[in-house]
Amino acid sequence: MALSSWRGKSLWLAFALLLAAPLLFAQSAALSILSQCGCMMILALSFNMLLGQSGMLSFGHAVYSGLAAFASAHLMNELAGSSAAALLLVPLAGGVAGMLAGVVFGYVATRRSGTALSMISLALVELVAAAVLMLPAWFGGESGVSTNRVLGMPLFGVDFSSQLQVYYLIAFWLFVSTAAMYGLTQTPLGRIANAVRDNPQRAAFIGHDPRQVRYLMFMLSAFFAGVGGALTAINFEIVSAENLSLLRSAQILLFTFIGGIGYFFGPMIGAITGVLFSSLLSAYTRGWQLYLGLLFVLIVLFAPGGIAGAWIKLLAGWRQMTLRGWLRLAGGLLTAFGAVFLIEMLYRRAAIL
Amino acid sequence: MSDQLHPPVLELRNLHKQFGAVRIINGAALQLRQGEKLALIGPNGAGKSTLFNLISGAIVPGSGELLLRGREIGGMTPFQISRLGLARSFQITSIFPRLSVVDNLRTAVLAAHGYRYTFWRRLSGLGKVNYRIEELLQQCGLQAHGATLAGDLSYAVQRALEIGITIAGDASLILLDEPTAGMNRDEAAAATELIRRVSAGKTLLLIEHDMDVVFGLVDRIAVLVDGRIIACDTPAAIRANRAVQEAYLGAVEAQQP
Repeated sequence: MALSSWRGKSLWLAFALLLAAPLLFAQSAALSILSQCGCMMILALSFNMLLGQSGMLSFGHAVYSGLAAFASAHLMNELAGSSAAALLLVPLAGGVAGMLAGVVFGYVATRRSGTALSMISLALVELVAAAVLMLPAWFGGESGVSTNRVLGMPLFGVDFSSQLQVYYLIAFWLFVSTAAMYGLTQTPLGRIANAVRDNPQRAAFIGHDPRQVRYLMFMLSAFFAGVGGALTAINFEIVSAENLSLLRSAQILLFTFIGGIGYFFGPMIGAITGVLFSSLLSAYTRGWQLYLGLLFVLIVLFAPGGIAGAWIKLLAGWRQMTLRGWLRLAGGLLTAFGAVFLIEMLYRRAAIL
Repeated sequence: MSDQLHPPVLELRNLHKQFGAVRIINGAALQLRQGEKLALIGPNGAGKSTLFNLISGAIVPGSGELLLRGREIGGMTPFQISRLGLARSFQITSIFPRLSVVDNLRTAVLAAHGYRYTFWRRLSGLGKVNYRIEELLQQCGLQAHGATLAGDLSYAVQRALEIGITIAGDASLILLDEPTAGMNRDEAAAATELIRRVSAGKTLLLIEHDMDVVFGLVDRIAVLVDGRIIACDTPAAIRANRAVQEAYLGAVEAQQP
């Protein structure tokens, strides 16, 4: 009971944070980062429906968000001249587009589990990448498809031309998607997916069809990936092959894992961390990808529960931590500081030479 | 014929299975009537677990008939057979380690209540399912462990959960594969008691090495040797059967000091 009231409180706190964030970070650069965080959170959460909840390691999550982003860009171009109200529903259309991709590709991928599924998902990325080159009319070739999110007639004075308005559109869909994805974990299918993740054989012997369960979770995950992809298209007003790339898929995987796949909110923390690394830290140092990689390796080695897991462990155990433990933590931080110092020096030296 | 009206719950006719050149099941035949409790015994390597795997759909029979209430089930998938009212347990504990005990049971209860792909209803709102989980926790003596992750349980408790998952769906035919394997005498006695309680009114097929457990639970014993049922009779008759003594019980007694 205490847990559920804690959950309720954190939900409202998150909602308040979403609403208040633009007041705290009013500059347009900050708003842009917040918007990116929102999109990435949806992508990471939807990815974790596969990895954390159903035990499916897909290397091609960006295929579903990317295809949905293209579909949304084309849809917005079709809708140009209509009303701003139509933009509110573009993410829903993106979700449907992502799900359609999931229906087709998921059917192939989820027939297998484990390594085979991962390999199939990788092959699908290549397949779609090849399609991008073969169908320049739809994918816009090298330059991609550009679009304009200002569709026309303002709705109550809102035409989504400003970053603030876009941020609130993203925040709205983030809230709805997160609530829906959390809700799913509390339904029969959500729990059965966990069972199939843990032990597909046993799940089959008690009457569940593991393949069907995986397929359903895959389609639902692709839907939310599509919502995230559509919001990305709205946010940047351009969609290119990069949105579908293996690099983007790897990014989603990395961020999700860094946040913690064992906790529902882990991927959100990972998404924020990842976006901060790639958009804030990259302004200060060329080594940001190295740091992101190091963080990933450290988490794999020392905190398999991700940032969320480490945080929960720390909250539960910091009172019992011995002097030795504190010293080790301090030593670790000092080493990290020294490593950063050294790496930065090397980068500077390389820049001068 | 009355056989047509009330076919046996489970019937094996001339069942064969070979892996490569090795014949594991070699013309096995067996009938299980409604409510009957039968133990399958036999020396190591006789094919007992393979027989279970055939019946539950883990592997496909080579030839022969495999009938569940008169219906051929050879070639069906495990979940299809499970949905026809057959549940099995495993010799090597097979549970959902990262789910709580309650969720382990819940997964099985959901399947039996037809909630297989439901994503539009909340788990907390499924009254019948939750009532059944409570009932199972009590039956299996797992009340104290409801919220514990199954992977963190002690071995004996995991074995109780293994049985709990098996009976959760209220299947009418239950296959238990060495339910007391690896238990000490007290734990085995407790497990026997548990099996007796939960299998009341059901048809039970049991693989077991512990003769105390076997003689305490079943109506009949089938002896599997080299992939063939060489005898199937009451425990007393099996004890007295010379062929069985030679093939099996003699070997067991020789093993025990």
